[in-house]
Amino acid sequence: MVLGLVALALVAAACAPNATQSTLEPKGPYAQQSYDLFVPVFWVAAVIFIIVEGLLVLFVFRYRHRKNQTRIPPQVHGNTRLEIAWTILPTLILAGVAVPTIATIWDLAAKPTGDVLEVNVLAHQWWWEFDYPDQRILTANELHIPTGRPVYVTLCAVGFGYGTPVPSQGGPPAPSACQGPPDSPPPAAIGAAVIHSFWVPELAGTQDVVPGQTNHLTIQADEPGVYEGQCKEFCGLSHAYMRFKVVAHTPEDFDRWVAEQQAPASSAVAGPAQAGQAIFLQTCVACHAVAGLETATGQPVLANGGPNLTHLMSRGCFRGCTLAVTDGNLRRWIADPRSVEAGSFMPDYGLSSEEIDQVVAFLNTLE
Amino acid sequence: MASLEHSVAPPVSDHAATSTGLPHLKLAMWLFLASDCLLFGALISTYVLYRGASTVGPFPADVFDIPYTSVSSFVLLASSLTMVLALAAIQRGDVGRSRVWLLATALLGMTFLGGQVYEFTSFVREGLTLKTNVFGTSFYVLTGFHGTHVAVGVLMLLTLFTLSFAGKINQDSAMTVELVGLYWHFVDIVWIVIFTVVYLIPTGNPGAGG
Amino acid sequence: MASVSVPAERPGGLLRRPHATRGWWSWFTTVDHKKIGILYGITAFAFFLIGGSEALLIRVQLARPDQTFLEPAVYNELFTMHGITMVFLVVMPLSAAFFNYLLPLMIGARDVVFPRLNAFSYWAFLFGGLFIYSSWFLGGAPNGGWFGYAPNSVTDPTRGMTFYAIGLLITGIASTVSAVNLAVTVLNMRAPGMTLFRMPVFVWMGLVVQLLLAFSLPVITIGLVELLFDRLFGTHFFDPAVGGTPVLWQHLFWLFGHPEVYILVLPAMGIVSEILPVFARKPLFGYQFIVFSGIAIGFIGFGVWAHHMFAVGLGPVANTAFAVSTMIIAIPTGVKIFNWLGTLWNGDLRFATPMLFSIGFIAMFVIGGLSGVTHAVVPSDYQQTDTYYIVAHFHYVLFGGAIFGLFAGMYYWWPKVFGRMLNETWGKVNFWLMLIGFNLTFGPMHILGLQGMPRRIQSYPASLGLSFWNMVSSIGAFVIAISVLVFLVNAISSFRKPKQMEADPWDARTLEWATSSPPPEYNFEEIPVVHSLDDLWHRKYAEIEGGRVVPVAAGGSGETSTAGTQNTEHAGGHAIHMPSPSYFPLIAAAGFPVAGYGLIFGVPAVALGLVISLAGFFGWALEPSAE
Repeated sequence: MVLGLVALALVAAACAPNATQSTLEPKGPYAQQSYDLFVPVFWVAAVIFIIVEGLLVLFVFRYRHRKNQTRIPPQVHGNTRLEIAWTILPTLILAGVAVPTIATIWDLAAKPTGDVLEVNVLAHQWWWEFDYPDQRILTANELHIPTGRPVYVTLCAVGFGYGTPVPSQGGPPAPSACQGPPDSPPPAAIGAAVIHSFWVPELAGTQDVVPGQTNHLTIQADEPGVYEGQCKEFCGLSHAYMRFKVVAHTPEDFDRWVAEQQAPASSAVAGPAQAGQAIFLQTCVACHAVAGLETATGQPVLANGGPNLTHLMSRGCFRGCTLAVTDGNLRRWIADPRSVEAGSFMPDYGLSSEEIDQVVAFLNTLE
Repeated sequence: MASLEHSVAPPVSDHAATSTGLPHLKLAMWLFLASDCLLFGALISTYVLYRGASTVGPFPADVFDIPYTSVSSFVLLASSLTMVLALAAIQRGDVGRSRVWLLATALLGMTFLGGQVYEFTSFVREGLTLKTNVFGTSFYVLTGFHGTHVAVGVLMLLTLFTLSFAGKINQDSAMTVELVGLYWHFVDIVWIVIFTVVYLIPTGNPGAGG
Repeated sequence: MASVSVPAERPGGLLRRPHATRGWWSWFTTVDHKKIGILYGITAFAFFLIGGSEALLIRVQLARPDQTFLEPAVYNELFTMHGITMVFLVVMPLSAAFFNYLLPLMIGARDVVFPRLNAFSYWAFLFGGLFIYSSWFLGGAPNGGWFGYAPNSVTDPTRGMTFYAIGLLITGIASTVSAVNLAVTVLNMRAPGMTLFRMPVFVWMGLVVQLLLAFSLPVITIGLVELLFDRLFGTHFFDPAVGGTPVLWQHLFWLFGHPEVYILVLPAMGIVSEILPVFARKPLFGYQFIVFSGIAIGFIGFGVWAHHMFAVGLGPVANTAFAVSTMIIAIPTGVKIFNWLGTLWNGDLRFATPMLFSIGFIAMFVIGGLSGVTHAVVPSDYQQTDTYYIVAHFHYVLFGGAIFGLFAGMYYWWPKVFGRMLNETWGKVNFWLMLIGFNLTFGPMHILGLQGMPRRIQSYPASLGLSFWNMVSSIGAFVIAISVLVFLVNAISSFRKPKQMEADPWDARTLEWATSSPPPEYNFEEIPVVHSLDDLWHRKYAEIEGGRVVPVAAGGSGETSTAGTQNTEHAGGHAIHMPSPSYFPLIAAAGFPVAGYGLIFGVPAVALGLVISLAGFFGWALEPSAE
């Protein structure tokens, strides 16, 4: 009876309306392939479950000891024919499962052909960075893609290998196949390079992000929408807060988004934002890049130990996509990063409340 | 209680008949050595995996002195011979001879260890430490584990040598010598594998890196 | 019965040889496999309560979304310690408790082949477990998961993972040494006439498990050494920056880790294989097939490890190979289940608590086994891996499987070990509460995983729609806790009953029921001569034509003479020489944690630890086994 409830609940799982990160709601062809294998295998397993548990329950009732029963039952030792049968039958069933499994393994491992969008996904402790090498865009927390096109993701873990000295920021990077746009500095290593896992279940199964190794994953969305994802491989203190979103646009909207992202930030700011910009140029540029901004000595602001902030206001979320981009949240974050993210590598510069307001005002200009 | 057929109760020690016919300690030693094979297997696999993977030198071809290591390998191999002679002597009941061969085995083992120490200190002087690269890491830990096994073997040999003066080693306890011998030969065979895989088989282009 | 004692002179001997086999001090020096089995059992159960409490804290934190009851650092320590505790400090030693107590009895021997080594294994296990737990007070518990993936386990700045590596090295030594001991015991100390195929299935599973331990532990030993060296000495085993790869850790870990799961479940399968025939009143169906399946699972178990690594990027060739090998291992597992069903078929089933837990084992293990097969479908595993769907699977096989089997064993053998029965009514309450609580806790996790809840996260946002089933699961956890409390009360109150138990209260089939409850120190007055499988049963009943069974005229079933056994300490007129107790196993084991602390806090302790252990080993080697 309890087992029946479990089975029912499993069926109910597929019908949950507000499961927004579900593996049972594929929204693209690659997720669909994983799902299309799972469902029939699940039903095969369910049938076997019913038969085996059913026999168990049947025997428990049929052969229970009755009060007047004194005879010891016949001492049957086995039946070789049965043994052969119940070895061969499962083998056949498993062979039937194995064939489509193997076919799909190879299918998913192949690099997609045709009109493919290439994106490098850089996993940091504890946030996701997205590098579009052909479009020359660097963004974070939200991966924007066009619908109907395969997106071939190269997965890179960024941070320090522990064979190198570890200053708190700006130190030598871990060697990685994912070096970022050609004329920008290689990813500065803040935090350790550990294993992560890139998972947006409605669009694809996962692949791990392994330091020193270059893994790939293909995702594709059929329809516009926002798809939830998060890191699936335990990666340290704030593993639970390393989320991201995939935002799928129609192709036209996607091109528009690319153009917006490619535009540099304007340096002309006024009012409190100007004071904020000055503070930004003294502290934040150690890790954060803003395209179009220049330091006092005319250097471009390109450091990329932290997320690229050029179009921060165009994103819905920040801080491992766990916080909405609002003034209040930005203030909390800048004032005390470790109260928001355990073990955060973002320094606390001890800014006064007024200074933080100014910085937030400046950030509001980064649209 | 239902009656059972019974036999005379055997004492717990290992002089009784055993179900396999093998004495307990010998069966245990074989099983332990089989287990130890996997220990070295994992270490050797690590080394082989990282062959050619170091991103900075020194590389094997830069530091290895094959003739030197061949000599120390020969020393260890010779110690297996003296071990066999020690066992043969004690099985004949010749405690004195056995004692001599046991000491010889221990001394040859210590010579091998001394050779290892010299070799490693010269590597360190040439810039290869545990921390230098994955070659240094995997090499020193593999050979270090082996060296520790040799040291434990030397300790056992010297213990047998000392006990022989107290009359504790004689023809009846030949199996103790045999067990130490089994261990010693195992350690020797592992060295042959290490010497071949690590020293003799060339790694190819040493500067290949990653 | 120990022979008369004479204090011995030993070179450098500081301690007189202990001789007491009764009294609380004797527990520290015992080399009796039965006492050691009880020690393992009590210690493992204590760790079960601790590990369970860790789980309850986790479930409180996860009961609702976005909770901050536990901060991330503590949560990560809790789930790490829960895993380490349950795997290494509960299920393995609980199995060891049963093996230690029962293997010699079941093969008609008086003890294991190396009794002092046996004691050493226990103390090393205890000290290893205490060592790991001391980390809570010494800078932080391990926090990198029980699986300790590099590079995270190397780069984590707290001390916890160093305690992890050293502690598991110590317990690993305990298990490796015990594996050799018990394997040689089974191979070499069987009673006359007990060929391998007349051994009980539990003994066979014991043998397979010891061999699995002996061959898998060395691999993780090296993995842990490499981890320790990377943490302490700056080596580069898993360092991607200079050519190392973190995937090496995973290979070494899972090359051990997969055989380990069979180490965890085969003992319970052995227990169930003993209990079902007794309470169905007919032999185990397909004895040879169950034995061969166990052996096959042992072998194939070494060939499936990378199914824990499908998403690491090993490539389609490797993923294909391991998908196939994983599917293959389902076949012998199924064979066992069908044979257990065959045992129940046409039997005369009596549902005492051991039988309830055994049937529960089959029911729960089938679910866990089936979900395991779905993991073998690699493209589906890309979705399932690292989610609560996997957590559901392994709890069904490890809790619904191994733990249920071990509880069945506790209820079954309690009268043999302690001379009293556990209360049947409370036993049934224990079983039903545990079954319900277990399914409430882990059933929903299948759903949670498929709906997108990853593992090892201390909170989840409300927007993901995971809240309802998490609450159900947390409630279930407390139902389990109540059921464990019921068992505890049952166990403790059983000691209030008088120690008055017949030799064979269940009308059983194997040799441990042929001696008194509890057995005398020397196990059997006379070593039995074995003529068949289920030898005891055939002494009581004869098979006539048609497979029917009649009681043998003399003796009859279930009748014992407790009076008789108490008077026969000098049976047959010869004194039985048992090995004498010893301090040295404990001393030898004690050096290891000392050296371990030295590796963390200062080298002098390493030297001290080595000296203590060496002193222990030398004293042990130079003292005779019995005096």
